[in-house]
Amino acid sequence: MSIVAENLVWGVRRRAIVSDVSLAVAPGETLGLIGPNGSGKSSLLRLLAGLRRPDSGQVSVLGQDVSKVSRRALSRQVAFVQQNAATDTNVSVLDVVRLGRTPHRSALSGWTAEDQAAVTTALDRVDMSARKAQAWQTLSGGERQRVHIARALAQTPRVLFLDEPTNHLDIHHQIEILRLVRDLDLTSVVALHDLNLAAMFCDRIVVLNGGRVIASGAPADVITVPLLREVFRIEAGISTSPFHSRPHIHFMTG
Amino acid sequence: MIDAGQRDGGAFGLALLLTLSAVTLALAVAVAAAIGDYSISLRTVFLAVTNRLGLSTAEIPRIEESVVWDLRLSRALVAALAGAGLAISGAILQALLRNALAEPFVLGVSAGASTGAVAVIVLGLGGGALSLPLGAFGGAFAAFALVALLSNGATSGPNHTILAGVAASQLFNALTSYIVTTSGNAQQARDVMFWLLGSFGGVRWPDFQLLLVVIIVCFGICIYMARALDAFTFGDEDAAALGIPVARIRLVMFAVTALLTATIVSMVGAIGFVGLVVPHAARYVIGPLHLRLIPACAVTGAVFMVSADIVSRVIVAQQTIPIGVVTALVGVPFFAIILYRARPQS
Repeated sequence: MSIVAENLVWGVRRRAIVSDVSLAVAPGETLGLIGPNGSGKSSLLRLLAGLRRPDSGQVSVLGQDVSKVSRRALSRQVAFVQQNAATDTNVSVLDVVRLGRTPHRSALSGWTAEDQAAVTTALDRVDMSARKAQAWQTLSGGERQRVHIARALAQTPRVLFLDEPTNHLDIHHQIEILRLVRDLDLTSVVALHDLNLAAMFCDRIVVLNGGRVIASGAPADVITVPLLREVFRIEAGISTSPFHSRPHIHFMTG
Repeated sequence: MIDAGQRDGGAFGLALLLTLSAVTLALAVAVAAAIGDYSISLRTVFLAVTNRLGLSTAEIPRIEESVVWDLRLSRALVAALAGAGLAISGAILQALLRNALAEPFVLGVSAGASTGAVAVIVLGLGGGALSLPLGAFGGAFAAFALVALLSNGATSGPNHTILAGVAASQLFNALTSYIVTTSGNAQQARDVMFWLLGSFGGVRWPDFQLLLVVIIVCFGICIYMARALDAFTFGDEDAAALGIPVARIRLVMFAVTALLTATIVSMVGAIGFVGLVVPHAARYVIGPLHLRLIPACAVTGAVFMVSADIVSRVIVAQQTIPIGVVTALVGVPFFAIILYRARPQS
């Protein structure tokens, strides 16, 4: 297993945000985290990525306990893409992607061929090589998200976490980003809001509600009418798509 | 490869800027040592310096040699160091607080220094054992400690830290005003206010030596941390995801800027504008990467401050204008040009 979480508990003051979550992600798998607003998706993602420490329970990534590995060592293997990370600094696309090499470089070391190869590959992977000199501020939302993913890939991670990477993007860019993530040769965990997209692009889905895992499994097993009613409080019909044979949700208007 | 070309271009730009600035700085320091109520030729300045360094034994008037070496050169060099230190502090705080308006005094250091200064001068704290600079330094660090405490050891994020700085500044400014109005006499209050506006009048070689050590240490730490500072481009959490121990770096770097600023303020007063403007100007020329930006800020800040000191001494005959007034008067038009040229293209 690439990622194993056992009995994670995390809260702010007395309020539990993540309660007793256990899960495992296989190597190369794309796992979707879904759940309503405030269900603990983002918090769980940060616990798994080692950005927050659980109050109890433990996370191991690639066989290492994340609480016992240094931040720097961890970030050579684990990358995290925030939603809508922004800056006022006047940086270029290349500057941003080069930041991904930070965990691999010591304070004063030079720029190595390995660094260069990682950055070039990452830029190619998101199809931004031709625009590496462009200023960050002039990019559209979809392009910025692609550059963030390129920066994460420049870390040459084996595990990638993405927190709602398709937020605020039009449907073309949403699909483009998710296809990109699915096709990466990495273990990835993606928090998503769009249930149909999650069903289309994830190998497996974990449903969170109130900080607990309600269901987990293949999209067709997890996305059911009773679950949508209970967790998302919606009435819907579900069919198997004749186009991609994944479950498709038809939301009811009344 | 284009990447390599770009990098070399940046390195070339930095080398050019550093060389130009070093030459300009040497010239500015020489001019600063030459001009004044008692005008001395540049040739004499040069000979005075080489004489004192044991490199020459030229026959020049003893009084001129003394004026150059004992009074003006130390003053010019302290000005250069102060400019460098304030510019570096500004650059670091702008990066860590992710705020274009951040400057060296944003953590309440100047307000604390003024309280410390009036406590010594007006209240006679320490019974004469404490000098004004020591009092100011103590006050500055007290203010910084309060800010660090209010922002949970700098772990609470940029806006929280800025608010803590505002609160500390208000508190210490209020304390200063309270002390001045209740127990000070008018002359003492005027002295403190004048000192706070900034003056290189009283500085001598021991000040230079102390400041040099502080600047070298802090500069070294900043260069060592330069890559970590770059990682803050997209915020604290992003820096953490890039493997940066965020809380530790923030606290260390805040302490470095506080040490730099407190040392400078306690020597020459709270000279505004340099720490705000020079980093922006340097970033505009050299780009945002700190490994280049910090040296660029150091030399540019030094040139700017020495030039401002020269202007402060010549602009009104027989009188020295407070240096803080000059840095703003000279700096604002210059800054306006940069703001105009860097405006977003629509």
